[in-house]
Amino acid sequence: MTVVTQEAGAPFGAAPPSGDAAIRTRGLTKRFRGGQVAVDTLDLSVPRGSVFGFLGPNGSGKTTTIRMLLGLVTPTAGDYSVLGLPQARALPKVGAVVEGPAFYPYLSGSANLARFDAADPTAPRGTAARRVADALDRVGLSAAAGKRYRNYSLGMRQRLAIAAALLGPRELLVLDEPTNGLDPQGTREVRALVKEIAAEGTTVFVSSHLLAEVEQMCTHAAIMRTGRLVAQGTIASLSAGLAARIRVETPDAAGAARVLAGLGLPDVRAGEREVTAELGGHAPEEVNAALVGEGVAVRGLAVVRPSLEDVFVGLTGEGFDVDG
Amino acid sequence: MSTGDGTTPARTSGAPASGPAQGEGARTATLGPRRTPGLVPVTETMRTAERRPAGPGNEPANGPAERAVPEPARTTAVGAFLRLLGSELGLTFRRPRNLVMLAVLAVVPVIVGVALRLFGSGDGEMGGIVQNVVGNSLMLTFVSFSFLVLLLMPVAVSVVAGDSIAGEAGSGTLRYLLAAPAGRTRLLAVKYLNAALYSYAVTAVVALSALATGLILFPAGDVTLLSGTTISLGEGLLRIAVAVGYVGAAMAALAAVALTLSVFTEVAIGAIAGTMVLVIVCQVLRAIPELSAITPYLLPTRFMDFDAVLRSPIDTAALRDGLLTFGAYIVLSGSIAWARFSGKDITS
Repeated sequence: MTVVTQEAGAPFGAAPPSGDAAIRTRGLTKRFRGGQVAVDTLDLSVPRGSVFGFLGPNGSGKTTTIRMLLGLVTPTAGDYSVLGLPQARALPKVGAVVEGPAFYPYLSGSANLARFDAADPTAPRGTAARRVADALDRVGLSAAAGKRYRNYSLGMRQRLAIAAALLGPRELLVLDEPTNGLDPQGTREVRALVKEIAAEGTTVFVSSHLLAEVEQMCTHAAIMRTGRLVAQGTIASLSAGLAARIRVETPDAAGAARVLAGLGLPDVRAGEREVTAELGGHAPEEVNAALVGEGVAVRGLAVVRPSLEDVFVGLTGEGFDVDG
Repeated sequence: MSTGDGTTPARTSGAPASGPAQGEGARTATLGPRRTPGLVPVTETMRTAERRPAGPGNEPANGPAERAVPEPARTTAVGAFLRLLGSELGLTFRRPRNLVMLAVLAVVPVIVGVALRLFGSGDGEMGGIVQNVVGNSLMLTFVSFSFLVLLLMPVAVSVVAGDSIAGEAGSGTLRYLLAAPAGRTRLLAVKYLNAALYSYAVTAVVALSALATGLILFPAGDVTLLSGTTISLGEGLLRIAVAVGYVGAAMAALAAVALTLSVFTEVAIGAIAGTMVLVIVCQVLRAIPELSAITPYLLPTRFMDFDAVLRSPIDTAALRDGLLTFGAYIVLSGSIAWARFSGKDITS
């Protein structure tokens, strides 16, 4: 197991200038009473305008980080800035879903949103009704606006939480597991909504376990493991950490393995009917020609690009050698 | 640990479900853009399209935001505070539980009045204030206070004040209020004002119910005080108003204690029960003669001193000492609550 540790100020991808960061943390650390270190010297840099995936297994410190950014939890050490503003001025421009929806069960959906809007000292009272209606419409809850939250389904509750995050003009949206509890249709709608919001120029910071989802939605990602940041950067730069592999289907696995090794491909692994190897700098057609030239029958040939899941498992999982 | 544990089951249950989806998603990743148009109609409604023009309208407002936004925020800081207080009062006074408590408190003076009308025929066995009720309608208010101020009114007040922060923490709404951002000091101030106003509502409901019942069941007219002096009906009403002010302050002081306990827990019932235990323990301590040195400092000792308005002239020293005690409790509890709440990690 190899852990890619980050040096302060040297993130995986290109470090944007600090003025462009929607979120920036330096040495951010949270040690809870009892000594448990939830977040350990975190140096995070979320560029403005990005859709930033925040990944990590359960208990890796994602939610604690989000709570610190929202001013709910006080860091033990280190500092952070959100939108480059003091917290009281930054938070009205931040919409957030933290650890699932939480509302007043005896109030309707729209009354719940009005309640949270009233808590924001910068939200104009005059436009509250319109903004509540717009937010409900945006998540497709207009029809249930007058229904008590108690009677909402899990998916509707999740949507209401997202609606609450969209009550005002936001420069940053923090979504902690936004698709938890949503059906496939709802998940796709949230994905489309995130893309739409990002297209308007809002930075979206989304924590998720659904790697495929992050890969589809996000431009950047960071990966946490036991409170530490193990990688961050653009999706492409993260995947670039793993080499593409070539997979050859053949009845003559031993022969194919010999040819691939002869070409100098690293990490040749022969199975019963297939052989895989790192492609290195070779072109796939060049490999194919070599195989055919040596009389090895080729039934199939494919280049396998590493997915974000491979990167994630490589950085956070057990027993997987990232260096191949 | 404290943050993650609550949701761990939900997350673990989500993980296996996502297993197959991940593989498929990874394959469809490149197809993503092609599939998205199928999704767009779901969210791309007419209104979304209509909102777009509004977006640019906001953009210019956001451009000079660095200077422009704080300006209106400062001018409406009081308005925003009142809006949050209004929202809080709306929650409190629309919540069925709180209304039921007010209704129960309104019924007690009626029961007391009817009982005195039926059985208190002036044979002297009840004596004191109770005896006076039969002679004058206004006295029912003071009798009702003396029945309710030591237990039932404190229950109602500590339910609302004890629930105020702990209830929001327990249901998770506290994290959304603070992320809004409500502001910790601001939220605490709103919560306390709300609890204090509910304290006065409780007091006023008892007084009004007792006054109405008294006027219906007993003769109105000059009021004979404890000292035997007689005052006019108008001055009697004035003295009821003074008593309401005093008892309301007493309940508001108790609300401050309950709010402080509320800040220390995520379980509302704990703060409510804790406040009631304090009230009852104080009553027990007051009953022990050896502890008479500390009784003046116990909050419930001062609750009954509203009867100072029944002296002639009004025993202003007793009222003043009581109000000073209430003020001291409010300042002390408020400071503890603020010190704890302003630095507390919200992990619920």
